Amino acid sequence: MFENLSEKLQRTFKNLRGQGTVTEENIGEALKEIRIALLEADVNLNVVKDLIEHIRAKAVGQEVLTALSPTEQVIKIVRDELVAMLGTDTARFKFASQPPTVILMAGLQGSGKTTTSGKLAAWLKKGGHRPLLVSVDVYRPAAREQLQIVAKAIGANLYEGDLKGEAAGPALVERLAKEARREAIISGCDVMIVDTAGRLHIDEGLMTEMQRLKSLLNPQEILFIADAMTGQDAVRSAKEFHDRLALTGTVLTKMDGDARGGAALSIRHVTGQPIKFIGMGEKPDAFEPFHPDRIVSRILGMGDIMTLIEKAEEHLDRKKSEELAKKALMGDGFSLDDFREQLRQIKKMGSLQSIIKMLPSVGPFQGMQQAAGNVDEKQFTRIEAIINSMTAAERKNHELISGSRRKRIAHGSGTSVQEVNQMLRQYVQMRKMFKSMGKGGAVQRRLMGSLANMRGGR
Amino acid sequence: MLQSLFNTPEQKPGLMDRMKQAVARTRTGLQERMDDLLSLARPVDESALEELEGTLIASDIGVATSQEIIAQLRQQASRRQIRDGAELRHLLKAEMLRILDSVPLGQRTVTARPEVILMVGVNGTGKTTTTGKLAAYFREQGKSVLLCAADTFRAAAIEQLEVWGQRAGVEMVRTRQGGDPSAALYDALQAAQARGIDVLIVDTAGRLHTKNNLMAELDKIRRTARRFSADAPHETLLVMDATTGQNGLQQARLFTQAAAVSGIVLTKLDGTAKGGIVIAIARELQLPVRFVGIGEQMGDLIPFDSNAFVDSLLEG
Ligand SMILES: Nc1nc2c(ncn2[C@@H]2O[C@H](COP(=O)(O)OP(=O)(O)OP(=O)(O)O)[C@@H](O)[C@H]2O)c(=O)[nH]1
Ligand SMILES: Nc1nc2c(ncn2[C@@H]2O[C@H](COP(=O)(O)OP(=O)(O)OP(=O)(O)O)[C@@H](O)[C@H]2O)c(=O)[nH]1
Ligand SMILES: [Mg+2]
Ligand SMILES: [Mg+2]
Repeated sequence: MFENLSEKLQRTFKNLRGQGTVTEENIGEALKEIRIALLEADVNLNVVKDLIEHIRAKAVGQEVLTALSPTEQVIKIVRDELVAMLGTDTARFKFASQPPTVILMAGLQGSGKTTTSGKLAAWLKKGGHRPLLVSVDVYRPAAREQLQIVAKAIGANLYEGDLKGEAAGPALVERLAKEARREAIISGCDVMIVDTAGRLHIDEGLMTEMQRLKSLLNPQEILFIADAMTGQDAVRSAKEFHDRLALTGTVLTKMDGDARGGAALSIRHVTGQPIKFIGMGEKPDAFEPFHPDRIVSRILGMGDIMTLIEKAEEHLDRKKSEELAKKALMGDGFSLDDFREQLRQIKKMGSLQSIIKMLPSVGPFQGMQQAAGNVDEKQFTRIEAIINSMTAAERKNHELISGSRRKRIAHGSGTSVQEVNQMLRQYVQMRKMFKSMGKGGAVQRRLMGSLANMRGGR
Repeated sequence: MLQSLFNTPEQKPGLMDRMKQAVARTRTGLQERMDDLLSLARPVDESALEELEGTLIASDIGVATSQEIIAQLRQQASRRQIRDGAELRHLLKAEMLRILDSVPLGQRTVTARPEVILMVGVNGTGKTTTTGKLAAYFREQGKSVLLCAADTFRAAAIEQLEVWGQRAGVEMVRTRQGGDPSAALYDALQAAQARGIDVLIVDTAGRLHTKNNLMAELDKIRRTARRFSADAPHETLLVMDATTGQNGLQQARLFTQAAAVSGIVLTKLDGTAKGGIVIAIARELQLPVRFVGIGEQMGDLIPFDSNAFVDSLLEG
């Protein structure tokens, strides 16, 4: 399927080596595969057509380099083309010279506006701002209560307002918005985030309401909150919202799933505005700036190595990791103590599932994504408990651990002897694997190299 | 009793019209192109077929299924020497209907009341809203309904369902926010049994199909239902948003694995998205569509009609 774009391209290029240049003929098959890959990632059909033509124009006539394989060469062109389309601008905000800065949240039903309002408020708070949240969704049941709970959870200010029994409609919406702005000024909040009701882009009444809200509040930012799972229709909704409101950016939500997120390309294409953030979960902190190169890898099924490295940077104790890597690869020094330390480090990065998800789905990591589904996170805790129940001497030298010791360890850790056996087997296997990797030298150098790169990072 | 869910014996007049109407609101470039392609005047050549494949893909049917449909048409077209668009339209419709209608409607029996319907799906698709609409739907058929608020995670999810309960005039069993959904279901099943309720509809929290711990929670919920009756839950409805792209296939696959989905509710068909992914799902996973959602009001739920659905895909 899609994850094998790289392989498919390799197949179509089998005969290309030695032909000297990429021609209309020999790239035809490859372009077909790229087209399918993009469509399966939910990039809009018309956008795909544009892209394919650009890629064709760039590729044809190129010399087949010796340094890169033709596959790598074409993938590079595809990547560059997609990254160029997504632009390089990131999560920057325009702030008003005269506070409060107003951010209007817009989008279809259920896309994640209310949740993202909370996330944005938490993000701004972290950056030293004082955001005020207000919901003008007077239509959906319990929509305003939802934002209220979200605001409380993150400790952000909320303008609750009083419906005073007024009928749901644009008049009430505008009153609440006006009152909230006054409240923001009085309470010294420098940013006001306006959560609105979900609406269809073809709903004349509600789209007009939104336009009026815009002219009333004169917002600095109008964000389109879009679901990463959206398919071909993304262009139509995004275009309509943009034509009516002049969006300033997009937040792509629910990126913590396995959707390829091709809608990002479609939306960027029709709005011309940057994707600013992505939503990575339901909790308030599951919110990240958007990086074009990363989503391109994802659309092409090549994993999110950058995010992984960044996460590692943030959470891992670099010196410890390097020591561990050195130990593991060079001698037989990888003890159970080291094993435990490594588990702890991994746990700090988040769930194992979320880590594995970021690995490429091609090449040596193929199949890992599926495997991620089967990982039992509790297993980690159990393994740690088992190691904790060992004596220091046992942790240094696992060969000490006899049958009776295993029984004691199982008892102490609340596990079974079978589990202890299994854990030890896994450990011995890992040790072996590290050792053989270390002997190869190349892997070791590469690992050291990437560690060095990490050190050089921001 | 389940019969009612599957093929509503007495459909309200004009349901099909309403469904068509809902989708017809939006005559778009896509439909115009489709019309043009399928018009009498246009000769059926390879470029027409290729363009048709494009329009199918634009409805989120997906590359594989679209290619298969077109391959069928190509074969038929050459065999029967079909030369005009009207005939092509006819064949295209027949092919899509064949895929949708060949899905078996898993008939099951309800041995003991209540009939339990479990609502599942990824975040924000319309589970809670559809739960409310379904309550009204069954009430209209003279059945007694009880709701179970088993989304204990999302902020104000319980309050949201409570409002729907009031609108539909049915009671709701809840637990506290953050409580155990299975415990809420246990209480609801007990209450339903004691009160002789016909249908118990269980609203669950949105969850991405890739999150194993959350999917395991669904399994626990199902086991709780089975403790009351071996054949419960009698129906597990995967609520899917019509705007969903190719990820819908994986959603259907994994929710079926984890929670034995028996049918799909396709929501938000009142927008411009076509929901073509359900054709791919029918082809690959043999899952039927039971209902479609066409708005945010209580009455905006219609039993699925493959004929009207395909028409809406082809002509708007
Ligand atoms: N997994 C995941 N779920 C998300 C994300 N963002 C939002 N959600 C969930 O999506 C669902 C809908 O989110 P809401 O914030 O209520 O969406 P909304 O756009 O305000 O919905 P309406 O107001 O009804 O139009 C909820 O279950 C959220 O928890 C995300 O980034 N990842
Ligand atoms: N236009 C339209 N909107 C719908 C339809 N069904 C649901 N909605 C809206 O979609 C949004 C999400 O609906 P919910 O019922 O809260 O979705 P949910 O699946 O329960 O969401 P979570 O519990 O957060 O996962 C709400 O704004 C609903 O009013 C429909 O058929 N058409
Ligand atoms: Mg909302
Ligand atoms: Mg819900």
